[in-house]
Amino acid sequence: MWLTSKIKQVVLALKPGTVTLKYPAEPRPAPKNFRGQPVWDHTKCIGCAGCADHCPARTILLRDICQDLRVLLYDGARCMYCGRCADLCPEKAIVMSPEYELATGDRNDMTQSLELFMLTCNRCGRCFDMEIKNVIDKLGLRGYRYDSLEARTVLRRTTDRLAPEVLDETGTFRRPEKIGG
Amino acid sequence: MAGLLTKAAAKAFPKSLWLFHCNSGACNGCDIEILNVLTPYYDVERFGMKLVGSPRHADVMLLSGAVTRPTLPLVKRAYEAMPGPKLVFGIGSCAAGGGCWFDTYNVSGGGAAAVPVDYLIPGCPPRPEAIIFGVALALGLVEQKASPVELKQVEFPIDAYLRNKAWEERNVIYRLLKD
Repeated sequence: MWLTSKIKQVVLALKPGTVTLKYPAEPRPAPKNFRGQPVWDHTKCIGCAGCADHCPARTILLRDICQDLRVLLYDGARCMYCGRCADLCPEKAIVMSPEYELATGDRNDMTQSLELFMLTCNRCGRCFDMEIKNVIDKLGLRGYRYDSLEARTVLRRTTDRLAPEVLDETGTFRRPEKIGG
Repeated sequence: MAGLLTKAAAKAFPKSLWLFHCNSGACNGCDIEILNVLTPYYDVERFGMKLVGSPRHADVMLLSGAVTRPTLPLVKRAYEAMPGPKLVFGIGSCAAGGGCWFDTYNVSGGGAAAVPVDYLIPGCPPRPEAIIFGVALALGLVEQKASPVELKQVEFPIDAYLRNKAWEERNVIYRLLKD
């Protein structure tokens, strides 16, 4: 009796055949509308900084290195591939490519940097789009923490910069207890 | 013939990597994809990989989630419990670089804050294929595709001289008004 049940099992297992993908050996393109790595087109970009303002993970950083030159830096290690930058780019200079094979051993491999020429305003003599419009940057003026390239070296970011004795304290970390209970 | 094949396979996969799945405050998205990788459809066991329950049996730690402050000592202890040589895969954007919580008050800013992360697999969550790609990259089956990109505008896009001239011409009216 056990033999017939085994044969039944074999027949059942043979019916669907092999379902396993041969993925690393064979390419497997991403489906349509898949949001992979964002790719910048430096010929279209006007440097409006809309992507940097709206990135939820703040992976896109801007810096005006001189009057006419603006540098856009994309740090892909913490990018969430939400596609907001591509959605709101007025010039459609950002495309969410179907590229998803981004595994790497070095976080610098996922960076992109753009050098953009900017125009000088004839009236005030400043670079275009230099004004601080969004609320997060305005908070930075009042001393709140802000992730700009200049402030990166100065400001203490998160626990990875904490002193070792503070990190040791996390070993005995306890949830706050109810008062009186 | 069979001996040759075994030799080739032994050279390609000298050891089977045993995986330990460590969730350090992830939203379960990456964990679902990790389990998806172990199903017969994607089948990472082709490469000799196996999920084990204890870090003491494991060679590789699959770290998912931005390491939160309560889990930070636990992740460190799990890493120390693993016998060397050991690897850490940061799976998902949170483990790779902190995700959108890289700056948050109770998050230690990505897996690199707690343990040395050897391979980063970004994505939110990464596709199962992306995880398999990272695993195959560690085994040396595929070549790395990601590389840093530097783009520069070589030509000035708008002629500044013409722009300034047009602006002056447009403002001639003000000069005329002044006179």
